[in-house]
Amino acid sequence: MSDAGRPVRVRVTGPPRRRASGVRPTASREIDADSELGAVYMSSLLGEQLRLAAGVLVALVLTVGVLPLVFHLFPHLSDLRLLGVPAPWLLLGVLAYPWLLVLGWVYVRRAEANERDFAALVTDDPDAP
Amino acid sequence: MTSAPGIVAVVLVTVATLAIGTWGLRFSRTTSDFFVASRSVRPGLNASAIGGEYLSAASFLGIAGLVLVFGADMLWYPVGWTAGYLVLLVLVAAPLRRSGAYTLPDFAEARLGSRRVRSLCSALVVGIGWLYLLPQFQGAGVTLAATIGAPPWLGAVIVAAVVLINVTSGGMRSITFVQAFQYWLKLTALLVPACVLLAVWVGDGAPNPADAATPGDAFWSLPLGDGGGQGLYVTYSLIVATFLGTMGLPHVVVRFYTNPDGRAARRTTLVVLGLLGVFYLLPPVYGALGRLYAPDHATGASDTLVLELPRLMVPGLGGELLTGMVTAGAFAAFLSTSSGLTIAVAGVLSQDVASRRLSGITAFRVAGVAAVVVPCAVAIAAPDVGVARTVGLAFAVAASTFCPLLLLGIWWRGLTAAGAVAGLLVGGIGSGAAVGWTLLTSATTGWAAVLLGQPAAWSVPAALATMVVVSRATRSRIPAHAGRFMVRLHTPEAVDLER
Repeated sequence: MSDAGRPVRVRVTGPPRRRASGVRPTASREIDADSELGAVYMSSLLGEQLRLAAGVLVALVLTVGVLPLVFHLFPHLSDLRLLGVPAPWLLLGVLAYPWLLVLGWVYVRRAEANERDFAALVTDDPDAP
Repeated sequence: MTSAPGIVAVVLVTVATLAIGTWGLRFSRTTSDFFVASRSVRPGLNASAIGGEYLSAASFLGIAGLVLVFGADMLWYPVGWTAGYLVLLVLVAAPLRRSGAYTLPDFAEARLGSRRVRSLCSALVVGIGWLYLLPQFQGAGVTLAATIGAPPWLGAVIVAAVVLINVTSGGMRSITFVQAFQYWLKLTALLVPACVLLAVWVGDGAPNPADAATPGDAFWSLPLGDGGGQGLYVTYSLIVATFLGTMGLPHVVVRFYTNPDGRAARRTTLVVLGLLGVFYLLPPVYGALGRLYAPDHATGASDTLVLELPRLMVPGLGGELLTGMVTAGAFAAFLSTSSGLTIAVAGVLSQDVASRRLSGITAFRVAGVAAVVVPCAVAIAAPDVGVARTVGLAFAVAASTFCPLLLLGIWWRGLTAAGAVAGLLVGGIGSGAAVGWTLLTSATTGWAAVLLGQPAAWSVPAALATMVVVSRATRSRIPAHAGRFMVRLHTPEAVDLER
């Protein structure tokens, strides 16, 4: 027997599933490298979240925060009653709480949406979590 | 006065607390379990635990008494304590969880890379924790004295002992179950009697509390009725302290590290907002009814109003049972808040002091003993320090120190270690001096007394400004890893990045 009859052994492989260079998408590498482009991605996320937080806090100050001033300037407000409960008691003792919950709920929804957008942006994957 | 329901209530709460703590022990194995329940607590359970831990003696007993004495102005306390969680949610919750640190000093050191900042934060955590533990132990003494006629030191000792057993045996994991149980206990213990008392009030055809002529003044139902400019300042300063102080309380912050990730931390906080809102509807009911049925409490023992009102309004066995119920709730309030504070203080003490000589869990247990014994001894030695005032001042100190550190540390890359130290010193010394002055004197009139009695409105901006100015002056020393740390704080965990 001679070696000539034996077929040459070949390694069988499929087509490459990923580009050989860059297992990870470009944007997240930019952030990891702390490059200028990466800094732009980060500051856009930070700015977005900070604007959202500031918006919620401004809403809080304009609704709940102004109440002492309103009570100070319009002391007759407590003559206003609903089912015998004076208006300041109704505002501070009851209505303030669901309002805080609404503000918190809006914030959580928007903040999670911002993070989804960011994840989609840096991973080039529209279905990213 | 029979005291049987009160004694039964205290015994039941104590036994249930120890039993649940022991049951939770089965899940408590590692050092990570002790400190942060291995970061695996789900939002529903965690929110109940946060609510259980946060609703202290001041919430359960204090608000009703304050509303009875001072009227509508005092509704700002519960509103501020709830709104503090909204501020925490939008500015701090998710980044704080993502920082991956165990405690506030851990966060400060990881962000700024400085041992000096860490030591300063540790001292502040222990100081605020002890300041907040003190009124819990005093309140326990007052409660047992009022309901079963025990000597005032007994309540403090019982609460300290139960907390110590639970915390040192099971750590954070078992405490999570205990505190979640105690939120629902407190809510029930205040809700059921409130419904009965409201029914009695309607049945009596008694007048509207807002119209009752006795005992206070015409301004009772009117916020800022007679305060003028000073009243306005006090209210706004209170708003600043409570809205911003919540995020700096050591026992609140340490809870956020037990969430699985940043998203869960946000959702937990949202549930907490709901739970607190439901609970805080109730104490003003007691305050308003007290104006009709217990007007003599307005001039003296207002802290025991919640405990006494059921007996005054419902005669016989029914009243005794309701009294037992609110006593149980009050006792749960002392236990859960002091447990949370003890965990936070012990966590810091064991990492920064005890761990140099002892290992993991042993260090935590030794530190737990130190965390409880010191304020308990002070509470027994000096039982007359104002309970509600101490809690309010703890908020002011937290708002003046940790709030600026967290805000700038999370949102501003330019914070330096020197800036943080300067700001913490300005805020801590400013508000601390005001605390000392207020506790030592009793003057409450004049602008000086008002400014020192409610310092947050000036001490918080002063601390913030100092941090910014000194950080700008030392901008060459911005930590090299600040950018990487920002990535860790703000990017969702699911995105694959170097953190």
